[in-house]
Parts: sequence; C-alpha cells; structure tokens
Amino acid sequence: MEHGSITNNSHATFTLTEEDHTLANAVRFVLNQDPRVTVGAYTIPHPSHEKVNIRVQTTGDPASEVFKDACQELMQINRHVRSVFDKAVTAYKAEEERKAKEAEEELKRQRELFGSMDIESN
Amino acid sequence: MESVESRRIVTDEEKLEAKNFNIFDLPDVPKGLPPHLELERTRVVCKVDAPTHTTETIYSGAYAFMGVDNSVNLENFSENFKVDVISLTETDMVFDMIGIPAGIANAFRRILLAELPSMAIEKVFVVNNTSIVQDEVLAHRLGLVPIAADPRLFEYLSENDQPNEMNTIVFKLHVKCPKGDSRRKVLTSELKWLPNGSELLKESAGGSTKQKTYTSFSRSQDSFPEFADNPITPSFQDILLAKLGPGQEIELEAHAVKGIGKTHAKWSPVATAWYRMLPEVILLKEFKGKHAEELVKVCPKKVFDIEDMGQGRKRATVARPRDCSLCRECLREGGEEVVPKKGGEEVVPKKGGEEVVPKKGGEEKAEVKSKGKREWVDQVALRRVRNHYIFTIESTGSQPPDVLFTEAVKVLEDKCERVISELS
Ligand code: SF4
Repeated sequence: MEHGSITNNSHATFTLTEEDHTLANAVRFVLNQDPRVTVGAYTIPHPSHEKVNIRVQTTGDPASEVFKDACQELMQINRHVRSVFDKAVTAYKAEEERKAKEAEEELKRQRELFGSMDIESN
Repeated sequence: MESVESRRIVTDEEKLEAKNFNIFDLPDVPKGLPPHLELERTRVVCKVDAPTHTTETIYSGAYAFMGVDNSVNLENFSENFKVDVISLTETDMVFDMIGIPAGIANAFRRILLAELPSMAIEKVFVVNNTSIVQDEVLAHRLGLVPIAADPRLFEYLSENDQPNEMNTIVFKLHVKCPKGDSRRKVLTSELKWLPNGSELLKESAGGSTKQKTYTSFSRSQDSFPEFADNPITPSFQDILLAKLGPGQEIELEAHAVKGIGKTHAKWSPVATAWYRMLPEVILLKEFKGKHAEELVKVCPKKVFDIEDMGQGRKRATVARPRDCSLCRECLREGGEEVVPKKGGEEVVPKKGGEEVVPKKGGEEKAEVKSKGKREWVDQVALRRVRNHYIFTIESTGSQPPDVLFTEAVKVLEDKCERVISELS
C-alpha cells in the first residue's frame, strides 16, 4: 500500500504487511545507496502489528519507481550472493574430496610399503 | 602598438574543459578519504570502554563533498563480494562473507532463524500415559525433537485441510516398562515412522460407514522416491523423552507438520545462526623484549606470538587475530597480580591492589604484588572489519547448513518479488 500526495509523487510512505526488519532494513540499505534518494527510512509502528512503514523521498523521480528499483536491486544482489555461495561450497566440497582421496592413497601406499612387515601384530 | 600575444582566444575546447573542471582531477589533490575517515568507514574501533563508529555510513552521498562516492551498486558489489568456506559438516558450517552490508547479512540470519520451514511434531494423540511425565509436557518435548525430513517435499497444513501424505508425518510411540524390570529410558529412537498414516481409529458417530483414522493418506509415504530407502526418523536417536518406572507405559501417536520458526521455535531449522565481524589486531609500535612477553601472556586467546629476531632479541607478532574474542584484556591498564596463598586458595585482590579479600575463609594474609600501570596499553589497536562477516550456521539436522543458507537467500528474493509485483 502506498501513501503519498497527488501533487508530489516524489515523496511517499509504503506500508508492507507481514514484513518486519528482515526486509525493511535490507531495503533501507539499498535505498540509501541510490543517489536519487534523499530520505530512505523505515519504522514499525507497533511491535504486535505485522506491519512496516517505509518512507521514501527522492530528488524528483517517482518514489514508487525508486522503491521498486531498490527491491529489484536487492533481488539481484541476492541472486549474486547465491551464485557466489554455491560456487564456494562446490569448490570446498571438491577440495575436501580431493584431500580425502589423497589421504586414502597415502595410507594405501604406506600399507603397501610396510605390508611385508607385520605391523598389525605390534 | 597592440600586442597579439596578450589577447587570449577562448576556444570551445577550453570552455568545455573549464565546465568540466573538477578540483579532484588535479594531480596533487589527494584521492579518496583521509585515513581517519577511511578507518571510520571500514572499521569498528574497539576502545577500552566501548566501541566507536559502530554504525555503517550507508548514505550514498555521505562523502560527496570530498568527491568520494559511497554508493554500492550491483556492479561494484559483484566485484567485491566474496565467500570463503572455512568448514562444512553435515550440521555445522562456518564461512566468511566479505563485502556484504550489515542489513543484508542480518536479513539472512533472521530468515535462517525464523522464516525457513522445517517439520516438527504439532499434534500428539495420547492413548495411554501412565508415566510421571504429564501429557502436555511430553507433547512439548516431542514437539522440540528435530526431524530429519526435507520440508521442501511437504506442503503446509492449513486449518481446513485434511492431513494427508503431502502435509503430515506420523510417528508412533509405544513403550512399556514391565513390572519387575528396572527403570528405563524412552529415547527418540523408539519413535516409529508410520508411512501409511495414522493407525488410530476415529470414534464414528454411530454410523456403519468405514472406520476413519486421524489422517487420510491416499498413498504410502514409502512410495516417495526420497523416502523409499531412507525412512524418516528424528535427526538424533538418543534424545531422552521420558523415563518409565516398572508397570508404566506410554502409547501415543505424534503428527508432524511443516511450519516456520516465527510461529514456534520448534520449527526453526537451525540450532543457531550468527555472525561476527572479522577482528583486526594492530600493534601500533614494535613490542620488544619484556613488553612482548607481557603482551603474549596477557591474551587469553593466544592471539600474539613471539618472533625471534636473532641475537636474543624478541618481538611480538599478531599471529591469530581471528581468535580474538575482544575481551580487551590487552587494553586494560593492568595493576594487580593474583598470587595464590600458601593454602592454595585463590585470592581476589580489590582494585587498587592493596586490600585483599580471600575467597574462602582463611587467616593468612595473601600476597599481592602491584604491578603498576602497563606501559603499553594504548599501543594495541583492536578493530573489527566492517562488511567482513564470519557466519556460523548450526543446523538441527533436517537439512545441511549450506542448503539452509541458499534457501534463506531465496526467501529474501521472494519477499522482494512480492513487493515488486504489488507495486506494479
Ligand atoms: S582483546 Fe583479548 S583476545 Fe583480543 S587480542 Fe586483546 S587480549 Fe587477546
């Protein structure tokens, strides 16, 4: 829901239901990184209402556009985070596997080396 | 005589140059922020009494007057963002997330804790319970048992839904301690999965129709390819649910459904998820000899090491800044040293280093040496690197922690998408 004035669409407050600091604070960050934004802030009017107000004031562009862009940007940041994270995890798993294999081979090599000596009985 | 040289002809090119003139383009104007502002921007400085510059400067134009752009757009974010996995096991994960703003890192943490789904026991049908654990206490204990089932395979059970194979997992617990036996424990390993749904019959209202159970499964959960050869069990087999004395018995059926941590903590898929900023410990001057040894001794986390420079000279180095717990012991002015009393009792000196209060009763006076003010207290700088988060996720076992994090990012994406679609 958007509360704004009819004459000036560069200032507006957006009320999001069923949202809290999780989204609002992240969006606030992205909003403030946009040079078109003069004010980007949020408040939760009452802790027992699942509602958050996000205030956007811009240098002239329509506030709803700027707000939408911020959400878009946040989404793209998330996509990027996800892809980088997945890559890092895959690389880590591959590395671990390689290490495990190496250790196994090393063990095998040592077994073969000392195979003739009866080390088990000691 | 008119001098030709003195008349200056202004070309268009020069005009353009004048218009685009920017003082920061001059070669001898320093670029970027001055060091003290750069420090504030990128570090939290931990002083002996309190940290300073704790909040991020997020406004894009904060340093515009110096010609420094503070904005983060997707491009420079992508360039700087990095993830380093430190450790990863089935339940625990530690990774470094570099170049992410606090707001977004915190959103991930909050989603992990409160908004990711998992399966947990929601309804317990108690047939018989003669143990000393009351029904409601037992039901609560059952609710908190983490269940190793991928919640993505299930749907939410809403109020008007019939419990079916897509939204409910049924467990049965029937244990008895025979008379004459000794007391026994009831562990989660005794929860039996019922892939065909509830076995308890509903009391019919007198009709002769087929008897109904508390669930209406149309097919067995056994037939799900995911569960065909790994049956659903609690994540851990050795959680104590109750104890039974001789002659006591528990018979019940527990129905697990999908939910999120916001509704009840039992649905939180993580035991905990947290982050900390990367510690940075800087020695502002060289610590040599006696001072180096003092410094190494004072740190409980063994952050510092002594480096041998040859010829018996020693120097302190910051070897393990990551381990710093920010106890600020190395910033403390120091003063007293606790000297154990002859009787072996510990003695707690009061501030000031004179009075002594023995912990346990004792007549002998303990000895307290006053070491005086340490000479090097303001020579150590403790900082935290902003935007470098060491993230830790402890899963309860329903999903591996790396999957949980990916899911959390997806949840935040969905939230954005919802707002975008509502705005357009
Ligand atoms: S703050 Fe504590 S843990 Fe960190 S370096 Fe100083 S003494 Fe060691």
